[in-house]
Amino acid sequence: MKARIKITLKPGVLDPQGKAIQNALGALGFEGVNDVRQGKYIEVDVAGMSEEKAREAVDRMCRDLLANTVIENYSYELQP
Amino acid sequence: MLRASVIVFPGSNCDRDVKTALEAITGFPVKMVWHGDATVPASDLIVLPGGFSYGDYLRCGAMAAHSPIMRDVIAKAKAGTPVLGICNGFQILCESGLLPGVLMRNASLRFICRDVHLKVESDNTFFTKCYRKGEVIRVPIAHAEGNYFADDETLDRLEGEGRVVFRYSDAEGNVAPETGPNGAQRNIAGITDPTGRILGMMPHPERMYEKMLGGTDGRRVFESALLNAVEAMG
Repeated sequence: MKARIKITLKPGVLDPQGKAIQNALGALGFEGVNDVRQGKYIEVDVAGMSEEKAREAVDRMCRDLLANTVIENYSYELQP
Repeated sequence: MLRASVIVFPGSNCDRDVKTALEAITGFPVKMVWHGDATVPASDLIVLPGGFSYGDYLRCGAMAAHSPIMRDVIAKAKAGTPVLGICNGFQILCESGLLPGVLMRNASLRFICRDVHLKVESDNTFFTKCYRKGEVIRVPIAHAEGNYFADDETLDRLEGEGRVVFRYSDAEGNVAPETGPNGAQRNIAGITDPTGRILGMMPHPERMYEKMLGGTDGRRVFESALLNAVEAMG
């Protein structure tokens, strides 16, 4: 089973990389770009457990290591 | 006698600098402890040095915070052993939960390597008792992720408990957004835990401990630790 994990900065946390990307998009002539927020995408392959157990495990992975919940939110989908 | 241990992670690069500084200042040999070991030898001081542990993968300090030795570092810190985290060591302290907050990418997105002025905000901690509150010191920084962030409630608590120890200032000690190099909230350069025995700081005191290096303002961080150890012996 594959967990597709998205980690994003919490609203209100300054994202200087997102701002730099936004400026670069503007410089390339893309108009109407209101805001850019940069995040992370992580795939974790888990085997040998029920969906419920996998959910528990992935949730703990996110809290313990993959995301820093001081500044980041996380969400994930499980795919068989 | 000061028994100091420096933890060496793969990618640490200030470990030998801090060992050299400590040995020169205290006169006692410093133990180097590999991150894969299970226990830190009995110590009066544990140092998490600067560098790029685990190549800064995932987030700065995130992998190191979960390396085998850190279980014992955390246990010993909670039992009262003083811990000094410099630069990457500060990031590791935050990621391991020993200190609150997180160090984010510098607001300028640039790696900044230069001397900065720091205002000493507290001389009432394990590592700052040889400084005077309010004095301004000059110490180098060298980081791309030194932009301290915590929510307002945490920041207010840190301030209320006198745990903001160093703040980026100008040479006169004025603290304003423009005197900070990296966008850190409230110009925070160093904080402690509630006991004052765990200090995380982005600037490098070990790079400013003798005249040949351009100044001695960092020296008293280590002298404070030595003085505490001597006093504890009675």
